[in-house]
Amino acid sequence: MSIPDARLPAHYLVPGSSSFAEFLSQQAPELLPNRRSLPAGSAESLAPHATTIVAATFPGGVVMAGDRRATMGNIIAQRDIEKVHPADEFSCVGIAGTAGLAVEMVRLFATELEHYEKIEGTTLSMDGKANRLSALIRSNLPMAMQGLAVVPLFAGYDLAARQGRIFSYDVTGGRYEETAFHSVGSGSLFARGALKKLYREDLSDEECVTATIQALYDAADDDSATGGPDMARRIFPVVAMVTAEGYRKLPDEQVAATADRVFAGRLQRPDGPAAALT
Amino acid sequence: MSMPFYVSPEQLMKDRADFARKGIGRGRSVVVVQYADGIVFVGENASRALHKVSEIYDRIAFAAVGRYNEFENLRIAGVRLADMRGYAYDRRDVTGRGLANAYAQTLGTIFSSGGEKPYEVEIFVAEVGEVVEDDQIYRLTYDGQIVDEHGFAVMGGSADTVTGHLKEHYTADMSLRDAVRAAVEGLEHSESSPRVVSPEDLEVAVLDRSRSQQRKFKRISAELLVSILGDRRPSPAAEDGAGDQADGSTDSAAPQPEDADASPPIAPPVAPPVAPGPPTPHQPTDPASPPDDPGGPHPPVDPGDPLS
Repeated sequence: MSIPDARLPAHYLVPGSSSFAEFLSQQAPELLPNRRSLPAGSAESLAPHATTIVAATFPGGVVMAGDRRATMGNIIAQRDIEKVHPADEFSCVGIAGTAGLAVEMVRLFATELEHYEKIEGTTLSMDGKANRLSALIRSNLPMAMQGLAVVPLFAGYDLAARQGRIFSYDVTGGRYEETAFHSVGSGSLFARGALKKLYREDLSDEECVTATIQALYDAADDDSATGGPDMARRIFPVVAMVTAEGYRKLPDEQVAATADRVFAGRLQRPDGPAAALT
Repeated sequence: MSMPFYVSPEQLMKDRADFARKGIGRGRSVVVVQYADGIVFVGENASRALHKVSEIYDRIAFAAVGRYNEFENLRIAGVRLADMRGYAYDRRDVTGRGLANAYAQTLGTIFSSGGEKPYEVEIFVAEVGEVVEDDQIYRLTYDGQIVDEHGFAVMGGSADTVTGHLKEHYTADMSLRDAVRAAVEGLEHSESSPRVVSPEDLEVAVLDRSRSQQRKFKRISAELLVSILGDRRPSPAAEDGAGDQADGSTDSAAPQPEDADASPPIAPPVAPPVAPGPPTPHQPTDPASPPDDPGGPHPPVDPGDPLS
C-alpha cells in the first residue's frame, strides 16, 4: 500500500484550462453527470421528471418562473421541487426533464461559471455562458436517447447589451436565443399560448411576474404533469428575477400575494384574463 | 573518479531558506487585518490585472507575496481543490484549514526535495466565520510552515516594521475604515522614511461576513478606497519608492537586478513567522539553522508555531 501524498496532485498545479468540467473529466471523471453507461432500453420511467418553466423579459431584465411538481408516470413524485436555480450573479437556469440529472447539471454549470470567474478574474459573456451550457447538454445526448433527457431554459441579464436574454436548448445541445418570452417542459405549449396573449414589451417587473404566474396557471390547467398553485399547502411557483442588480429569488410572500390575486381572478373567469380581439 | 562534494544537510537547508527569503524580501508587504465584519487584505500592487489577493471559495481568500508565477500556480490549484471538494461534497465542506494543510504539504515537500527549486512565496489563507471568533488566518511560508495568526499579520519585504506599526495601532473589532487606515499606514512606514502610497497603488479586498451573497469576497474599488483614506497627496519621494516593484508582475521578474536595492529590505528581509508577539523575533535561532530533529519533514521549526 502506498502512502497517500498530502501534497496537491501535480495536475492541480498545471496551468491551463479554466474550465471546471474539463478539469473534472481529467481528475475525477466519475463525478461528471454524463459519464455513466446505461444498459440498453428506456430508462424514462425510472426517475422523476421536472415539468414547466417559463421566462419573459421586461425592460429592466428577465423573470423566470417554474411550477413545483415533479412526476413519475402518473405519480406526483414531489410537490415542492425547486426548478429555477441561480447559475451565477447575473443568470439563472430552469430545468425540465429528468430531475436528478438536471439538478446535477445545473450544479456543474454553476461551478463551471464560478470557476472560470475565479481563475480568469472576469466573468464569461452571456453568450459564452449559454455556449458552455450547450456543451454540457450535448454531452448528455446518449442518456437523452434512452429517455433521460435534460432540457434547461437559460436566462440572464446581459451586462454588455443591458437587457434580459433568454436561451432555449434541445437535447443535442442546440442553442436558440428567444425574443421576449419562452417556455419549456410538458406544459410549455399551454404556457406559451397564454404568454402570447398576455405579454407586452412594456410590462413592468411586477406585471411580468404576474404574466408568468398566469402562464403557469394555464399550463397546470391543461397539463397533468404541471402543478398549479397549491392553495391548501400554500405552495407557489418559484420566481426569480435577474436585473442589472443581479439574481434575486422573489420572497415567498410576494409570490403568494400575486398567486392569490391570479387565483381570485380565476374564480371569476376560470380561463383567465380575456385579450382584446383586435 | 571525482568525489562528490560534501554539503552538510544543515548548510543545504540554510542555503535553500536564504534563497527563498531573499526572493520574498524583494516584494512589497501584504497585510491582513481582522475587523468587526470580517477580514481585510491590503497590499501594495500597482497592477489592476495581476492580483496578489484573490477569492478561493465562498468564505476563503488567498493572498501572496513573492514570485507571481509560483503563487499564481498555487492559487489556481487552491481554486481547483476548493471547487472540486465543493462539487463532490457540499459548499460547507470546503474549509480554510483543509486548504492551508494542502498548501503546507505542497510547499514543504518542494522545499525539502532536492530536485526542485524552493518556492519563493509566502501565503495567507483566510476564512471568515459567522462570528469573529470563527475567523481563521493561516500564514504559510516557503518551507511549508503554517502559523495560525490572530488579529493581524504581515508578510513580505518589510514585515517587521509593518508588524511593529500595526501592533501599536491594532485594536480588536475595528471598523473597516480604521482597519484599512491602520494597514495602509503600516505599509507606509515600511521604509526608513515614511511615505504616502496612493490609492491606485493599493490592492484592497475583504471577506465580509455581512454580505448577503454566499460568496463573501469583495474587492474594494479605488473610489471607495479614496473615500476611506481621505485626502492624501503622495509626496514626490513616495512616488520614487512606489515605482520600483509594487506590482505583481515585477515581483515575478527573474532575479531582480541591483536597482531593487533602491529600497533595501530591512535585514533580515523576512522575519521568521512570528505570531503577534514582541516586535523583535524572540526565537534564538534562524528558522533555517540546524534542525533539532533531523527526521522531521520540515527542518525549520518555529518555536512559536502552535502546530509544530
